Amino acid sequence: MQLQAHGRALGRAAAPRQRHALFKMPLYVGTAAELGLKPAAAAARASSKSRGVRCAVTAEKQGLPWQAAMSEIKKRRDIKTIMIIGAGPIVIGQACEFDYSGTQACKSLKKEGYRVILLNSNPATIMTDPGVADRTYVGPMTPELTEQILAKERPDAILPTMGGQTGLNLAKTLAERGILSKYGIELIGAKLPSIDRAEDRELFKQSMTRIGLKCAKSATANTLEEALTIAADIGRYPIIIRPAFTLGGTGGGIAYNIDELKEIVTGGLTASMTSQVLVEQSLLGWKEFELEVMRDLNDNVVIVCSIENVDPMGVHTGDSITVAPAQTLTDKELQRLRDASIAIIREMGVECGGSNVQMAVNPDDGEMMIIEMNPRVSRSSALASKATGFPIAKMAAKLAVGYTLDQIANDITQKTPASFEPSIDYVVTKVPRFAFEKFPGSKAELTTMMKSVGEVMAMGRTWQESLQKALRGMETGLDGWGLPKNYKRLPKDQLMYKLRVPNPDRIFILFQAMEEGLTNAELFDLTKIDPWWLAQLRELFDITAWLKGKKVQELTAEEMQWVKSKGYSDAQLARYCGSSLMEVRSIRKALGVIPSFKRVDTCAAEFEANTPYMYSTYDGNSECAPTNERKVLILGGGPNRIGQGIEFDYCCCHASFSLRKQGFETIMMNCNPETVSTDYDTSTRLYFEPITVEDVLNVIEAERPEGIIVQFGGQTPLKIAMDLDRALKANPIPAASGNGNVRVWGTSPESIDIAEDRDRWMELLTKLDIRQPAGGSARSEEEAFKKANGLGYPVMIRPSYVLGGRAMEILYNNDDLKRYVTFAVEVDPERPVLIDKYLDRAVELDVDALCDVEGNVTIAGIMEHIEQAGIHSGDSACSLPTQSIPANVLDTIRAWTVSIAKELKVVGLINIQFAIQDDTPYIIEANPRASRTVPFVAKAVGHPIAKYASLLMSGKTLKEINFTEEPIPSHVAVKEVVLPFAKFPGADTLLGPEMRSTGEVMGIDKDFAAAFAKAQIAAGQRLPKTGKVFLSMADKYKPDIINIARDLGNLGFGLVATTGTAMALRAAGVPCESVFKIQEGRPNPMDLMKNGEITLVMMTSTGDEADLRDGKELRRTALSQSIPIVTTVAGAKATTAALRAIRAGPLVQIPLQDFFPDYFDDSLDLMLKS
Amino acid sequence: MQQLQTRQCSGRTAASYGVADLHAPCSRQVVTPPLVARVSGRRVASGAAPAFRSTGGRARSVAVRASASASPFPKKDARLVLEDGSVWHATAFGARGTEIGEVVFNTSLTGYQEIMTDPSYKGQFVAFTCPHIGNVGINNEDMESSKCHLGAIIVRDLSCVVSNYRSKMSLDEYCKKENVIGLANLDTRALTKVLRETGCLVGVVTTDSSKSDAELVQMAKSWTIVGKDLLSVVSCTEPYEWGKGTSDEWEFNPRVKAHKEHFHVVAYDFGIKTNILRRLASYGCRITVVPATYPANEVMKMNPDGIFFSNGPGDPSAAPYAVDNAKFILGKKPVFGICMGHQVLGQAFGGKTFKLKFGHHGGNHPIRYVPTGRVEISAQNHNFAVDPATLPEGVEVTHVNLNDGTCAGMVYPSKKAMTIQYHPEASPGPHDADICFEQFVDMMKAERAAAH
Repeated sequence: MQLQAHGRALGRAAAPRQRHALFKMPLYVGTAAELGLKPAAAAARASSKSRGVRCAVTAEKQGLPWQAAMSEIKKRRDIKTIMIIGAGPIVIGQACEFDYSGTQACKSLKKEGYRVILLNSNPATIMTDPGVADRTYVGPMTPELTEQILAKERPDAILPTMGGQTGLNLAKTLAERGILSKYGIELIGAKLPSIDRAEDRELFKQSMTRIGLKCAKSATANTLEEALTIAADIGRYPIIIRPAFTLGGTGGGIAYNIDELKEIVTGGLTASMTSQVLVEQSLLGWKEFELEVMRDLNDNVVIVCSIENVDPMGVHTGDSITVAPAQTLTDKELQRLRDASIAIIREMGVECGGSNVQMAVNPDDGEMMIIEMNPRVSRSSALASKATGFPIAKMAAKLAVGYTLDQIANDITQKTPASFEPSIDYVVTKVPRFAFEKFPGSKAELTTMMKSVGEVMAMGRTWQESLQKALRGMETGLDGWGLPKNYKRLPKDQLMYKLRVPNPDRIFILFQAMEEGLTNAELFDLTKIDPWWLAQLRELFDITAWLKGKKVQELTAEEMQWVKSKGYSDAQLARYCGSSLMEVRSIRKALGVIPSFKRVDTCAAEFEANTPYMYSTYDGNSECAPTNERKVLILGGGPNRIGQGIEFDYCCCHASFSLRKQGFETIMMNCNPETVSTDYDTSTRLYFEPITVEDVLNVIEAERPEGIIVQFGGQTPLKIAMDLDRALKANPIPAASGNGNVRVWGTSPESIDIAEDRDRWMELLTKLDIRQPAGGSARSEEEAFKKANGLGYPVMIRPSYVLGGRAMEILYNNDDLKRYVTFAVEVDPERPVLIDKYLDRAVELDVDALCDVEGNVTIAGIMEHIEQAGIHSGDSACSLPTQSIPANVLDTIRAWTVSIAKELKVVGLINIQFAIQDDTPYIIEANPRASRTVPFVAKAVGHPIAKYASLLMSGKTLKEINFTEEPIPSHVAVKEVVLPFAKFPGADTLLGPEMRSTGEVMGIDKDFAAAFAKAQIAAGQRLPKTGKVFLSMADKYKPDIINIARDLGNLGFGLVATTGTAMALRAAGVPCESVFKIQEGRPNPMDLMKNGEITLVMMTSTGDEADLRDGKELRRTALSQSIPIVTTVAGAKATTAALRAIRAGPLVQIPLQDFFPDYFDDSLDLMLKS
Repeated sequence: MQQLQTRQCSGRTAASYGVADLHAPCSRQVVTPPLVARVSGRRVASGAAPAFRSTGGRARSVAVRASASASPFPKKDARLVLEDGSVWHATAFGARGTEIGEVVFNTSLTGYQEIMTDPSYKGQFVAFTCPHIGNVGINNEDMESSKCHLGAIIVRDLSCVVSNYRSKMSLDEYCKKENVIGLANLDTRALTKVLRETGCLVGVVTTDSSKSDAELVQMAKSWTIVGKDLLSVVSCTEPYEWGKGTSDEWEFNPRVKAHKEHFHVVAYDFGIKTNILRRLASYGCRITVVPATYPANEVMKMNPDGIFFSNGPGDPSAAPYAVDNAKFILGKKPVFGICMGHQVLGQAFGGKTFKLKFGHHGGNHPIRYVPTGRVEISAQNHNFAVDPATLPEGVEVTHVNLNDGTCAGMVYPSKKAMTIQYHPEASPGPHDADICFEQFVDMMKAERAAAH
């Protein structure tokens, strides 16, 4: 009906143009004007002009058609200032892909000459570098505080589609509250109605019905009762629950029975911004597809990429292994999805930009159902961009200001327009990475709620090759598709369960299943994974079986080539054929089997493309065409994970920018599709490859750079630094530039090893006479008890063979230790545990310093942690400059930093952690590499320290780059973290020595209290102005809480405390109500929380069993009720200060440029130019 | 001989049982050389029958690689030799023998079946840049003509399994049935780059090891597609009627329902794609399909509402009779030409055609519809193009290929003629240009209205 109406309208519009009465508009569409879209005048002008234009191009080509069109650019000139909203802190479901998209948007809008205002609370992003935008606000993203910015900056338009769900939700609120109309601000890219239509499940379904598309049977519920009625109406479990307006499906799930339904619906209603959940018929077992669609203001639509999920419906697409292009559709079926996507983007009214449409297809009869669409740039668009070379975010930004697709050149070919659909001649596989091990208590199962924390993408000429590459890039101990080392075989019943219920390990559990003799038909019945994928895996399984009976020396060149083209890594061959990695490598090279590097060109080789974007494969000729310039290879950080995320990508990108500026060619190597580093214009050349010794050596041999930078990518490149160093020393490779041999730049891998190896590290500290907490290692349970008692409790314990705080715990007594050695970690001579005296109530400091080749050291920043030592530094809020450390202690720390850096001969960055107990400093650890804090420090002190570090590595001195003095700002910057507990039901929310935060925010202001308040608000804490504060402190903290409680009382908060705490408070003269602990009776704090009386919770853990049970429950309740919760005394103190600051007057948003008026970063010019 | 038997066995198995999970009976063998011929037809049959039920007939394995003799990996037992002297080794599937043709690449990601059955590919070998081909097998509905016209297909990776609910046979089986040589495990990207740089090349594919490379190069050099009349080869020999539109299940354009009037169209068959007939029929046309050489005056005697000139293979200049017929008809009735029909009408208008360097073959080319500035994504398959500079006054170029600026569509209002160089019927490819059929129908409608 809708379409016919258009048709009539078109007929009328076309009538006056007599000469063209013969031709009507193409299918479904009219021009922008006819559809009521923006640049009506421009569209009319274009068509009237083009009427006279005769096609100029003949057999002899003269000029390119899109260039001709460039003269009629419809760019918006009524807009001068555009505000871009970032995505805020990294959370599950919203990772650094929005730094990628936001940076792209800032870049292209600035290049177009617009004034760009940026708001993003996340300091670890490239886009918040002063210089990327004209005014950069790193602070809270609440509607109130955003309005402040709008009032001050008066942007003409807001581009809300680059900041994920956060950006869209903020824009929606601003629009609904009338703030946008108040200041006359236009939303570009997506309008309010289309945001609503896509997000509101009911509206979405109505829209789909209108255009004749089907959605799963479902209805929206606002209450549990409604949900139950709908479920009864659907009539069959399982039933899917999806909350409205949440990202990554937070609060959603699959219910197999009525109890689960009640549980999930209750959680979902709370999680949803609008207290709505969709109760939906399950399409479990259907195939899932995604299409990336782009539309311009002239109503041209293209499909950038089709993506097929290997995991069928039931697993969130972010948690699925996904493949581009779709493999199991005939053309008719694919075109059906394409037609639907186009109809949807039109119906939803996404006037321009990128969208993502997800659909399910019934494998038995091809029936299609629409699942959802996102009217914005998404994680999938980042993936599609990297997979095809079509830069969706960049294009979307241009389209938002009026360009049409045919007016923009294809970034890759530069000869053809962007109004085309990429064709690819390789297969792309994305594999998600999970962090369940960090959240004991939560089930490692996959549902419709996204739980992965990162992802790896790999390209190969076949799916098998790309899957194997992706799996070895995961850094989870896999060297390809197969069973991991030390795999514990599952008993039959568990095997069947794990095949049936999606989980992170299912992909290699399939291997065990094949070993156990399950047929593909049986596997299909269990997993519903399409037989096509299973058959491909089966082929790999057979090759693996064949390989296991072979010696690597027996392989012929032809066989080796074939095996490699199936994606097998040298490490796999070594494992299967009983050899070593380097031996396989030399045998393989002797057979002449080396990788070829192919280019990503968007057009399947149809047109010439010189885009410096390569992937390796074992197929025919190499296209990488390396130069003989001075080059440096930068190794990226691989997949995001907890403890290693966007911060390291920030460092890698900065290294690339500054070295390019210095005249080097930079070569980036990484396998994370979400990042800015894997943008093909960040570096001179990009190799989209896993970061393993084999793959890095392959790139080194192809490119022969002068230097390799390993210290910016976090643990990933560091782990292989020693092996690379050894390989390069054993077989020196002359650099292509003729300037010596290829070598690792910066701090030597040897020094890195000293810092990592406990014995060598102790030796160094003894030599330098630096104090550290007493401790040692234990190789048996008995020894552990002896050591712990010798040191005196509390002690910090951790296994020696893992990194990143994994299984690290603070133990308070022998019982704890007994539990630890019994349940958590086995102790044996092979795997010792490290036991250190725990510095109770100590303050922790983080120091970042820069060092040059001449041994000069400049401290870049000293941060004081808010949470006490013992909380992982990555989970602690911190302040720069320090707030409570005496000057003499800081002096000692500075002196120690310098001597350690000199002793380790650090070149580049070093991060050292100290603990201060009763004004006595101790060293905790040193990492001679870029740390997580680098971007925060850079933004707090106004110096691009990652850039400085890369220059130092290239041989410059601190003097040459003019950074010889520690900058101590007169303002205060506070970093706060965000934690993903809401995604892991069943896990406790207490902070501890194991890092679990996914992202961070920054607050910056003139004093600590205001900066801390900003950071808290930015991190999503709803700091209350009234209400009651619930206090429950362990005995040892009771004295500390008295002043805090008094302050809170003075601020007008009511106080409620558990019996013991209440007694202590009353004894000190602080009046308070008391409440029962859960085990004591009712009303208990849970009741008060649920009744909305309590607005802030401050509770520490006693660590005993009652707390593990009741305390955890209270903390989870607070979390689900969105009541801010503070679990440390230091945090309580800082929070109270923040509450006071808020009370004193409104917080003021200040752009970074005001703090650093002289900040000039010339390498950003280069980024804007490219 | 042994190889051949295995192939036949597996072929028959898959055809008669619907599914052949080759791996099923073997997976317990831990050390099994993969891909060797290790299954007898009978074992597959007995092992596969239950599998058929549990997978609903969607999955079927193909035994191409399993036939590759003692070596565990597929043997490169076939060659593609190009006229530039290059020799490409590959694994054979489908039919055996030697074949000569022009090598073209196609960048479509889907629709190999439609491409293979498109008569326009007569005399050509198609190399697919999409690496996995054969994934969805061959079904009965997606045929663009009754047989496979191209001489050989060249793929990077022949799918070892077929997975699609509509599939009736595997690609390998189909190639055998249609006597088409298949080449797998060939770097089609490298081949595409050669074709892109040197232009279309004549090539010879062979599974015959007795022929020397030099001999084959000579063969390739001595052949050309230019000037060959392939239209009459692929055309029907007797006129026939067609009235079946796109089935309800696959109809994608709600506007076809608005067309209530019926028209009679005579379609010149230069190798017409079935989907053109279906689309015309969906818009209410009854079509009389006539052979390429059918006299124009006979056509006029049928007094149709419009005349259609179809797509077809090869060089338009090689079919002067088609141009003459078009000239005779022009101005008398509304006419519409697609692809070859566009080129024939271009010549009938008085224009000239020329050969493109490597042609357009794919499903992602942007076309600007000049009157509105709108961009359509189109399905393309042609090697020749009309030179707009040679067209007489009164002909307008309405469609432009944005990749290289070539003429992609014309309208000659005074002669009631419209033409489209690419494939509005899609199949395979996007449906963006379906409007063209409606425009033709509207032309006929206007003509009918004017006559009354």
